[in-house]
Amino acid sequence: MTIESIWFPIAASDDLPYRHVYHAQLLGTEMAVWRADDGFVNIWENRCLHRGVRLSIGINEGVELKCQYHGWRYANRTAGCTYIPAHPANSPARTIQNRVYPAIERYGLVWSGIEPEGEGPNFEFLSNRHCLVLRAVSINSPTNMVIEELRKYQFHPSSQLDAKHVEYEVVEWSTNTLIVQAQSQNFSTTALLIAQPVDSYKTVVRGVIEWDDGLEDIPVLRHHAQLINQIRNRVESRAASIPVAELTPLNMIKPSQEFPSSPKQPESGRFASYQVTIARKWQTAEGVSAFDLEPIKGVLPTFQPGAHIDVHMPNGLIRQYSLTNGPGQTQHYTIGIKRESNSSGGSHYMVDSLHEGCKLDISEPRNNFPLRRDALETILIAGGIGITPLLSMARLLDHANLPYKLHYFAQSEKHVTFGEVLSKLGSSVVLHLGLGDSQTKESLHDILSIHQKRMHVYVCGPAPMLEAARVTALKIGWPDEAVHFEYFKNPNAIDDSSEFEIALARSCLTLKVPSGKTIVEILRHNNVAISTSCEQGACGTCIIDVLEGEPDHQDVYLREFEKAGHKKIISCVSRAKSKRLVLDI
Amino acid sequence: MKTKCCSDPAVLNLWYAIAAIDELESDHSYHTTLLEENLKFKVDGNGNPSVRVVNSIPPGKTIGLKQGEEEAELPATVAYGYIWTSLGEPENELFSIPEYEESDRRNMNAATVGVHTSAPRAIENFLDMGHFPFVHSNILGAEPHTEVREYEVEVLQNENEIVATKCVFYQPKAATTSSEGADVEYLYRVPHPFCSILYKSSPVDESRMDVIALFVQPVSEEKVRAHMLLSILDTDNDNSVIGQFQQMIFGQDKPILENQVPKKLPLGSRAETSIRADKSAITYRRWLSAMGVKYGVLSATS
Repeated sequence: MTIESIWFPIAASDDLPYRHVYHAQLLGTEMAVWRADDGFVNIWENRCLHRGVRLSIGINEGVELKCQYHGWRYANRTAGCTYIPAHPANSPARTIQNRVYPAIERYGLVWSGIEPEGEGPNFEFLSNRHCLVLRAVSINSPTNMVIEELRKYQFHPSSQLDAKHVEYEVVEWSTNTLIVQAQSQNFSTTALLIAQPVDSYKTVVRGVIEWDDGLEDIPVLRHHAQLINQIRNRVESRAASIPVAELTPLNMIKPSQEFPSSPKQPESGRFASYQVTIARKWQTAEGVSAFDLEPIKGVLPTFQPGAHIDVHMPNGLIRQYSLTNGPGQTQHYTIGIKRESNSSGGSHYMVDSLHEGCKLDISEPRNNFPLRRDALETILIAGGIGITPLLSMARLLDHANLPYKLHYFAQSEKHVTFGEVLSKLGSSVVLHLGLGDSQTKESLHDILSIHQKRMHVYVCGPAPMLEAARVTALKIGWPDEAVHFEYFKNPNAIDDSSEFEIALARSCLTLKVPSGKTIVEILRHNNVAISTSCEQGACGTCIIDVLEGEPDHQDVYLREFEKAGHKKIISCVSRAKSKRLVLDI
Repeated sequence: MKTKCCSDPAVLNLWYAIAAIDELESDHSYHTTLLEENLKFKVDGNGNPSVRVVNSIPPGKTIGLKQGEEEAELPATVAYGYIWTSLGEPENELFSIPEYEESDRRNMNAATVGVHTSAPRAIENFLDMGHFPFVHSNILGAEPHTEVREYEVEVLQNENEIVATKCVFYQPKAATTSSEGADVEYLYRVPHPFCSILYKSSPVDESRMDVIALFVQPVSEEKVRAHMLLSILDTDNDNSVIGQFQQMIFGQDKPILENQVPKKLPLGSRAETSIRADKSAITYRRWLSAMGVKYGVLSATS
């Protein structure tokens, strides 16, 4: 067994008060330790991936950790980067993820390791008991010298601090751990002492004793602090005479990819990378079912507000659903599914045939609808089930105290989806119930008429509503780049009659795209990896940079100014007006 | 000459500012450290500087000094209000800052600050705009105005200077006289591996720029003294007020710089995650690599 595989205490539970970040170190590795508002203890490599600033001086925002230097945010649990303020319009690359160490909170201590094995510390005599955590004492000495002295640890039972005769028994000891029992008359106390190797020349002694609530703790803590300090004095005077060993170097990982100028990681098609269980299914509104999806093992990957996943159903269908979760909420994904009357089977199947306990395959989250956090005010406009991505955005804006309004158009009170979450958002949510087409248009006009510089609007809902919002925003004078849409589907009829050639700049291939075939199909046929999701020109996953040529845009993802620029193409539906396109792939 | 620790000609043959003239008494002897060598220096009554390296290490270990010799004279010059010296043979003249000569400018050493970091980390921080809203909150930047817009960086033709232009950043209080925020334009020059000059639109005269220069004196690979020169168009404030402002700004950077791990600047493109906003830092790292600078950096291959 290597020392890297051992679980060590690296902090006391009390070292992690509300919204604090604690600096720990084990075997030369610095760790930033913080408790999220949901109670989860995060233990991360202590450096921001951007410019190496210690995250232990960062800000615990409850659901994300914020670096002091450039405000990069990392999510609770996954340590994935969720936001880079210097580029508010981009979602950070998935590869920007900090190194995470496992954490177990037990016996009042926080345990971790470099690559610890097994189920964590297990000390029978402390199980189901109250524990008293002793004050940690730092000793400038190699750990083996500390352990030698610790073996002679002699203390008094907690209720017998003045006892004349005490008997001691070492119950168990190993290279880093000692369990010792002190007995006087009929009273006994058992103590667990552990030497935490901070680096090759520094050790922290941590201890826990079994505890009865009736006793006063201060004299007991003082008793042990004095004893451990005596050990420290003895060890340090001996250690001072030995030469300082080479300190263990800091153990740093290297991020694998630069953001975001580097090409997308090639990945083929529609992968289902994660297996999840339906942990909970409930009806959240008339005709809408909600699902909590929990990972079968491990943790779910980082997401940002606006992200969606592909759900691969057992019947072979693949559908996209937006995540509704709040920031840093990664213990499960929550999606909402409306049973569509004109569905081709996806929503029917999900709502009717799947129940709690069923397993599903899902893709990692993709975010083609990123939320800027630098707007002076954000307006969210949802129609019907289009609430789902906007709910995630609203929860983040609410948590970060950023000014926003969520306008939610629904048929009736009964159709209000995720009402229990919406009610927590208070007066920022404005319901517009039971409006007809013309009333909806009027309301949209009222909402959008307050346009000012540095405001951003995000709209998700049925196609006619999106179109109305687009036209209204244009009329009022909103700049294109301040209006963000997410379509469920592409309402346009696709014209795939053209024939053209594509030249692939990176792979030095020239391919013909005949009528009736899409660019994506031709790429796949020639083994060129391309990532896709909806495959109908709505989600934006298959976006490719265009180096030359004029695309024939047929998607609803790109905005007008982007389409006019001819610099990007949604390759699952769009084609070419020119004879040839040069693509950056 | 060779020094105890630094055998890097790209660093050894450079000029370094070691002290602000205004802060020295004439004919008084001062000590400082440059590239781990102990220096003794003074200015005479006519303002002429002299700098000597002091042999403070056991005989036989210092190759640059003849046996038995205790001190050696180093090149010395005065420029921009500082004494400059070199432990090698400086091939080039010191870079020029033409604005310094303009008669209506206030020239002063705003601060000399010791920082426990490497010289290139200090320069990279000086070139960085993205940290303004977070480190210099409500002074040089303010949330939520965090976007770093596209700017241009080039290495000038003779390869001896980096210039970043069209840098625009939102500043909440653009000048002492203005009550609201505005975009401020910056231009950065890096004419020396450990010196950088910043030009910033002047609140007094919009056709001209204030100049703030950072001259980093590497004490060791992970320790510096940073000298900050101001050459500005300010007729209202006392030197002490202007100095205090810059010291406050620097005081905000210092704890960040001292908490960067590792302290040496990694030159490998994958050691840290760079983003578009880091264009000037990426160019600076490549430029140092190309020049073969080894001191205060982690080479791409190591």
